Amino acid sequence: MTTREITLKTEPFVLNVGPLHPSTHGVYRMRTTLDGEVVLDIEPVFGYLHRGIEKLMEERTFTGIIPLTDRLDYISPMSNNLAYCLAVEKLCGIKVPERAEYLRVIMAELQRLANHCIAVGSFLNDAGAYFTPFMYTFREREKIVDLFEMVSGQRMTYNYMRIGGVSQDIPEEFLPALAKLLDQLERFVDEYDFLLKENEILIARAKGVGILPKEVAINCGISGPVARASGIRRDLRRDDPYSIYDRFEFDIPVGENGDSYDRYRVRVAEMRQSLRIIRQAMKDIPAGPVKAEVPQVVRPPAGEVYAHIEAPKGELGFYIVSDGSIAPYRCHVRPTSLINLTALRQMVRGWKVADLIVIFGSIDITMGEVDR
Amino acid sequence: MPDISPLLTGHLPAATAAYWPGGYWGHWAFYTTALITFALLMVMGAIYIERRLLGRMQSRLGPNRTGPFGLLQPVADALKVLIKEDIIPQPADRLVHWLAPVVAFVPVVMIFAVVPFQKGALLADLNIGILYVVAVSSLTTVGIFMAGWGSSNKYSLLGAMRNVAAVVSYEIPLVLSILGVVLIAGSLSLNEIVLAQDIPFIFLQPMGFLLFFMAACAEINRSPFDLMEADSEIVAGFHTEYSGMKFAMFYLVEYAEAIAMSAIISVLFLGGWRGPLLPPWLWFVIKVFAVFGFMVWTRATFPRVRIDQLMAFAWKFLLPLSLINLFVTAIQVLTIPDAPWLVFIINTAVMILLVIIWSGLFKVGWGRVEV
Amino acid sequence: MTVILKAKDIIARLSEKFPGCLAEAGTDSVLVEAAAIPAVVQYLREGEGLEFDYLNFITAVDYYQYFEVVYHLTSLKHNHAIFLKTRCYDRENPSVPSVVGIFQGADFQEREIYDLFGIKFEGHPDLRRIFLWEGFPGHPLRKDFNQ
Repeated sequence: MTTREITLKTEPFVLNVGPLHPSTHGVYRMRTTLDGEVVLDIEPVFGYLHRGIEKLMEERTFTGIIPLTDRLDYISPMSNNLAYCLAVEKLCGIKVPERAEYLRVIMAELQRLANHCIAVGSFLNDAGAYFTPFMYTFREREKIVDLFEMVSGQRMTYNYMRIGGVSQDIPEEFLPALAKLLDQLERFVDEYDFLLKENEILIARAKGVGILPKEVAINCGISGPVARASGIRRDLRRDDPYSIYDRFEFDIPVGENGDSYDRYRVRVAEMRQSLRIIRQAMKDIPAGPVKAEVPQVVRPPAGEVYAHIEAPKGELGFYIVSDGSIAPYRCHVRPTSLINLTALRQMVRGWKVADLIVIFGSIDITMGEVDR
Repeated sequence: MPDISPLLTGHLPAATAAYWPGGYWGHWAFYTTALITFALLMVMGAIYIERRLLGRMQSRLGPNRTGPFGLLQPVADALKVLIKEDIIPQPADRLVHWLAPVVAFVPVVMIFAVVPFQKGALLADLNIGILYVVAVSSLTTVGIFMAGWGSSNKYSLLGAMRNVAAVVSYEIPLVLSILGVVLIAGSLSLNEIVLAQDIPFIFLQPMGFLLFFMAACAEINRSPFDLMEADSEIVAGFHTEYSGMKFAMFYLVEYAEAIAMSAIISVLFLGGWRGPLLPPWLWFVIKVFAVFGFMVWTRATFPRVRIDQLMAFAWKFLLPLSLINLFVTAIQVLTIPDAPWLVFIINTAVMILLVIIWSGLFKVGWGRVEV
Repeated sequence: MTVILKAKDIIARLSEKFPGCLAEAGTDSVLVEAAAIPAVVQYLREGEGLEFDYLNFITAVDYYQYFEVVYHLTSLKHNHAIFLKTRCYDRENPSVPSVVGIFQGADFQEREIYDLFGIKFEGHPDLRRIFLWEGFPGHPLRKDFNQ
């Protein structure tokens, strides 16, 4: 007879975590069945941010879709832009100028840094560190966002990339500012590491908590840092190089246990690798045009295409079916965040409510991408 | 009208009511009014200090717009919260919901009755002062549980249950770590304890201070033990369903508790109102805010522990260490009562040794349940 | 570089294993009879030299005459990928067997397709609408959807 059987007979109860909850990163809702503090089961409920973006895409021209992609994963719009533009370029067979390729890589990696800043900060916030790491990481993100503002004029939905390149060349002061920022970021990544890497409470809260076994991760189609923390050495930048990623040298950090702590560590390690890539890209960025000769209204040939990139949260892909008109016949987004949530149920069962939040926070999702 | 000039010069007469104009009731009326005013002012100061300190620690400014240096921000907040609508959820138990803030608030103010602000300046010089503090401070839990139960909200109930569990567990190490001080001072009266501190007891009882500080943090639900209102997990815990004035009461309770515990810590371990040059009451206030600042610092730094880790910490870490500390102190009081520096060296060594051994022996963490 | 397997590379093995199930093969995708989908996916996942162990995504396209359900599978071991397609011609009551038993990652995506296209996935353990509420009229991603 186990302890649970001989103790007082109690009833499980249902707790709605979300859709308005401080730690659900948007409007995600989990119908959680609890036995006291222990999570027996969760049932995710989506759709609070469903805007029908895939349907809207069928009504827009190919260029007009780019602002919509900004609104998918609104934490990292540059990556969404990039994935979509790559898909259309693949469909039309457009060759992107060198300079634009480099700019794209720089932007995508800066975006990864910005995203991981938020991911790490809000993960630690979910673990209960009262806003301090959040504020620190947001401070750095602000600086990255300043750079984005410099090139695109926007601080949130950048709408920077275009089919065949980027919308405009960088201003003169961008590269010096970037060089300065990289030096600062290097130091701050070390600082985040130093702050909490060996914090006893954080280790107690995150190490061994919410283990995602490798097999389950593969079976669930998990991608990105979450998969890499589980020991899957897969990074599309290396395994399926898009743009010009095959020219850069970088490592793929991999976790061992697949627990929340590893996911946090992998993200911090990825920030360092992003810095490395940006440095290399900055060094050999050529002069030249930043946009290929692409007509205002793109008319790709009929056909279908799938292009994917390693977005900060995982594999982000666009599956576009074209019928030769000015708008896509069908445009499907591979929703990284939605698919990464598949394993959440297995990961949290048996843990406490507090762990539910930590595990959920360690997956790092954006509701804009889950619900679309 | 009692004569308040001694208050300003810093030489209050002894608490004995007979010396006071108006006798017993005059003394009572003056101190009660003064205490509540003091508590409220300290709470406002605490809120201001916490927000500004947190701001600095989190690389932001904190409130700095209302009044000089944002000093009037607590006033503005109080005014705002007072004129807000008071919402009671439909399925709530109205009476319990209404009573809870009061039940939670009163014991906290009662703690201040035995806190000596300077020599003899206290409402009641109880000879069992510290016992009274321990007893009264845990009464707040009743109010908090009433709030959790009466709100008819599952988050509130979870928060309230956590609080009850935490307080019941942490009461034991809390009391045991006080006992070391009591043994050395030879009295339970807070006034006597302060008078006994020619050397602040933090030196004679370093481990007692450490254990008491941690247990007090858990008792009053300060970070990293702030599970009952863990905002990232259970929204706002027991006061999820409170708004307006009643919420303000809970807010007040939270900070008044923190201030009360800081006061007790400074009385027990930091020599209370004793100090050179400055008037005693100023020393006392400085010490209280220093302890409170330390609490703010921990809040800004640490992530939160989990409920089972909280329990494990109390029973596996604090309890054995406080028992050992009590034992060591008792032997010292019997054998070397007149050698404080020897006691200091021995106790510091014992503390370092024990903390190292225990942190090697015992790790919090894991804790998955098969379902 | 992930190699997208051309249909001709793989069609021989599949048609040998599942005679009559392959409706047609495009240049870069294999079209399979709806009923055979779970068996084919299972085989692709476990077959020697195939080992498509990673389901990238599932989606559907409405072509008026039929719905096309697209599966994109990748092999992490061999780093190759394939597009698998199936069609269902029934507009009123389209249905395709579910692959949740093989790839758990299909769970939410099949629910999404059910929600937005109305294609039923037989064998899905929990087939409910995912984004829209129960009782929402119609399925918005169908081409004939009219608000």
